[in-house]
Amino acid sequence: MSELITADLVDLELTGTDRAEVTGALARRLVEAGRVRNLDGFLADIRKREEQMPTGIEGGIGIPHARSAHVTAPALAFGRSKAGVDFGADDGPAHLIFLIAAPDGGGQDHLTILASLARRLMHESFRQSLLDAGDAQTVVEVIKKEVFGQ
Amino acid sequence: MRFVAVTSCPTGIAHTYMAAESLEQAAKAAGYEIKVETQGAAGSTPLSAAEIAAADAVVFAADVEVRERQRFAGKPTISAGVKAAINNGAGLIAQAAEAAESGPAPEPAAQPQLASKVEAGAGPGTRLRQWLMTGVSYMIPFVAAGGILIALSFMIGGAQVAKVVGGGDFHGVHYAGITDPAQVLSQAGIGGVLFLIGSTAFKMLVPILSGFIAFGMADRPGIAPGVVGGLLASAIGAGFLGGLVSGLLSGFVVLGLKKIKVPRGVAGVMPVVVIPLIASLVVGLAMVVVVGGPIASAQTGMTNWLTGLSGGTAWLLGALLGLMMAFDMGGPVNKVAYTFGLAALSSGNTTMMAAVMAAGMTPPLGIALATVVRKHMFTKAERQAGQAAWLLGLSFITEGAIPFAAADPFRVIPSAMIGSAATGVLSVVFGATSQAPHGGIWVVGLVGHPLLYLVAIGIGMAVTCGCLLLAKNIGRAKEPAAQRATVSAETVAA
Repeated sequence: MSELITADLVDLELTGTDRAEVTGALARRLVEAGRVRNLDGFLADIRKREEQMPTGIEGGIGIPHARSAHVTAPALAFGRSKAGVDFGADDGPAHLIFLIAAPDGGGQDHLTILASLARRLMHESFRQSLLDAGDAQTVVEVIKKEVFGQ
Repeated sequence: MRFVAVTSCPTGIAHTYMAAESLEQAAKAAGYEIKVETQGAAGSTPLSAAEIAAADAVVFAADVEVRERQRFAGKPTISAGVKAAINNGAGLIAQAAEAAESGPAPEPAAQPQLASKVEAGAGPGTRLRQWLMTGVSYMIPFVAAGGILIALSFMIGGAQVAKVVGGGDFHGVHYAGITDPAQVLSQAGIGGVLFLIGSTAFKMLVPILSGFIAFGMADRPGIAPGVVGGLLASAIGAGFLGGLVSGLLSGFVVLGLKKIKVPRGVAGVMPVVVIPLIASLVVGLAMVVVVGGPIASAQTGMTNWLTGLSGGTAWLLGALLGLMMAFDMGGPVNKVAYTFGLAALSSGNTTMMAAVMAAGMTPPLGIALATVVRKHMFTKAERQAGQAAWLLGLSFITEGAIPFAAADPFRVIPSAMIGSAATGVLSVVFGATSQAPHGGIWVVGLVGHPLLYLVAIGIGMAVTCGCLLLAKNIGRAKEPAAQRATVSAETVAA
């Protein structure tokens, strides 16, 4: 399996101001990395999920995600926004945005990885180290260490 | 304090797990233990029955329906959306602790908990028994309600009410029957209405038994093929034994179909459309084509055989009729014996009719006696079914024994057959006669030698009871009481 996240999939200076803009920017990185085949189709799936219920979580987190036929390999794109982007959480905008792309159907392995990523998100220390990370490679290493225990 | 929780969300890749983590952290921080079942896309490890049983309260953090929610019935429960758990795990845990303190609102024993689902990992024998018990536990209310209503209808309207409503001969009078239910009250009175309701409930016995055996095995997708198979079992006259076959068959077919890997697009419609469709077809074909024909020809064969014997030794015929009446309690063999009794009655031989009726009353009575004499050998649901069985037996509603026979056929059926054979022989030897084709104790006025007749029934009852208690000791001298207790606690309050 390819790496869940690489430095190319990290944007520490997200400039967008609304949900569609930042997910679009992160999704484009997934397309460039060859993880997503069809940008519009994938974004439509993300929107569908977001419409069911916003994915903002208290603590400044947004996790737009979808299982989509347009995803070729499971991947995570991470973005950080200084100004914050509204993801529908009650306590204000999200500063940490995780765009999770899972292929439709297929094996269980990557779903287990995403599950353990989701669990790590609930830990304050994990969130803080992502906020503190100085560059993209540090983010990748933090996530690898927390999610894979490497 | 110990909790269990279920988390689930629409996509099943993020919130389900975040909620689980949040609840686990919150519980740990508060000094409690918690086990979370994550019903997400990465698959979940189901909570064990023991973990659920040990929990003081249950937390559901779910935006989609919790699967197999009935496992948690009777527990203090907190329900919330998945986000509430993520954002405020501590709050939910505090609520759960509060709910656990105040205890479950209704008393668990008084709750109509219908499901006695099967524990994973049990041995094949235990699982078979639990499958059957699941079906039986759902069937008992139908037996109790239907049987008691029929008995009441006999008390209120006289035993001929069955023929007034259903058509046929009773004590020399022919009734055409009433086809329009709206006319029953005006033509047959309240007794007729009670009979109609009761007999309608009885029509559901086999379909419900079959459907919920399949449910116990294969969950919801099993219900449709199981019920359809059960209806067909009734239609071909296969009785409750046919229902056991169709229920088990449905369960196995659905379990098999569930194993087939399908693309995710199709997976959504599998349990709702594809599996019930294919399973109903397979089970239906099996019942109609494979089982139906042989049953009909076997019935014809048995009828001819009985007719051939009718000139022979009368007490032997009484024994034979007794064995047949108790064999399947309303099934094909029972029907042959009963029809033979009816034919004898219409040609003026009232002795055989008396033997048939007495032998049909014995099985529920003998079993009811056994549930009183040795309470601990029966589950709570069985003891409750036993209370109803008294009235059903007295009313010549042999079906009252089906819950017991279906749950444990190899012990119950032979015991009932021996007792009924004894009653059949004695009824003939005592020279008892019956002018009535049914009605049990309520038509004792139409029975010749009524006291000896009751003695014959009483002896058969004692024989069935004795045989059953002996049989229950075979092979399970030390059946874990705990296991039986859990089954009974989960089964229905009849």
